[in-house]
Amino acid sequence: MALTRGQLAQRIAQEFKDGDYINLGIGIPTLAAGYVPAGIEVMLQSENGLLGIGPYPTTERVDADLINAGKETVTARTGAAFFSSTESFEMIRGGHIDLTVLGALEVDVEGNIASWLVPGRMVKGMGGAMDLVAGAKDILVTMTHTSKSGESKLMPRCTLPLTGRGCVRRVLTDLAYLEIEGGAFILKEWAPGVTVEEIRHSTAARLLIAPDARQMQLPGG
Amino acid sequence: MAGFDKRVGSYEEALRGLADGMTVAAGGFGLCGIPENLIAQIGKGGCRDLTLISNNCGVDGFGLGVLLKQRQVRKMIASYVGENAEFERQLLAREIEVELVPQGTLAERLRAGGAGIPAFFTATGFGTSVADGKETRQFDGRGFILENALTADFALVKGWKGDWLGNVIYRRTARNFNPVVAVAGKITVVEVEDLVEPGTLDPDGIHTPGIYVDRVIQGRFEKRIEKRTVQPN
Repeated sequence: MALTRGQLAQRIAQEFKDGDYINLGIGIPTLAAGYVPAGIEVMLQSENGLLGIGPYPTTERVDADLINAGKETVTARTGAAFFSSTESFEMIRGGHIDLTVLGALEVDVEGNIASWLVPGRMVKGMGGAMDLVAGAKDILVTMTHTSKSGESKLMPRCTLPLTGRGCVRRVLTDLAYLEIEGGAFILKEWAPGVTVEEIRHSTAARLLIAPDARQMQLPGG
Repeated sequence: MAGFDKRVGSYEEALRGLADGMTVAAGGFGLCGIPENLIAQIGKGGCRDLTLISNNCGVDGFGLGVLLKQRQVRKMIASYVGENAEFERQLLAREIEVELVPQGTLAERLRAGGAGIPAFFTATGFGTSVADGKETRQFDGRGFILENALTADFALVKGWKGDWLGNVIYRRTARNFNPVVAVAGKITVVEVEDLVEPGTLDPDGIHTPGIYVDRVIQGRFEKRIEKRTVQPN
């Protein structure tokens, strides 16, 4: 069984380290904020100008002036700070963000990532993604293993316009957790109920199995 | 107007001098902190062939989306336009020119424009189509691209509190691009929720000092929310 959105968010949160400043992309990465492991503390940055994102507000506390980068209404946690877009991207581009987790359309064995444009079909723009992959100390890409039509998103070489070149080392999909090394994806963990054969079948790029590969550990699973 | 009193009496006066073909930069992130009344005034005024600089371009029917709908925009310089179906349609139909810019590069280009810095090197976008046609250089073994500064004929800013002198304080994440848009305008116009007498605002807390501001007006704001998310009860 492929991981659910909630399970993906749980697995993402296992990558958080105590004291990390983290930027979570829109969608599933944002959900990971709800699964921070017990005993560690992280500070979430939102590129629209907030360090210290809190939970969603109660209905009474909804504030049009307080949103995250996904344009959702949020709160600010104790110790939060607000700042301008310039300052926000000084943090991001200056290498002050410990980890960014973001989605992608394709990732390849060279560590290239494509996430912002499908020529002639989808034009949304790169937002802060190019800055994040260029500036964050660590990058985790999270996406479905295959597209809706069943095509692999783990490629020998990205076919879509790039967001960043040679910057991705780690990928979490709904089937597996993999690392990129030596021109291949290295399978480190498979999702519960998913076979290595299924993963191989769904991966267009060269796939190697790590000697210590194991089933993904999820709380309660 | 006399001395440093930058108050104007109407939105018409706030945008006096805006003409066809000009470049307009607007603050805001999504619909948060957008100068919504100034944008609406451009819609009423009917100027055409505008180049807009803004992180996003509003939504269908609100904010800059209105100017798109009315075909007042020749070119859009933005980082993310995903919330606007009309924009995507005009772009794919090649009815509008667009320059998509990484968000941090957009902020920095405006900052540079306001700071008298003609261009700067950044690693963002190196090795991607963003680097096409741009000078690149290696620093400490890493690739960087040269990005040019941006300025605007009019910079439209939304503040929380402002005084007659143009000193401005923003509120929460409604600050976003506003301070950096403010520095990049040949004429910078600020609309605020609360316009107060000089001396009321704490000088230590000013986000945009009045030197960048040419006109200031108090407005009433709808503050539309794009995605109202709340805790489950």
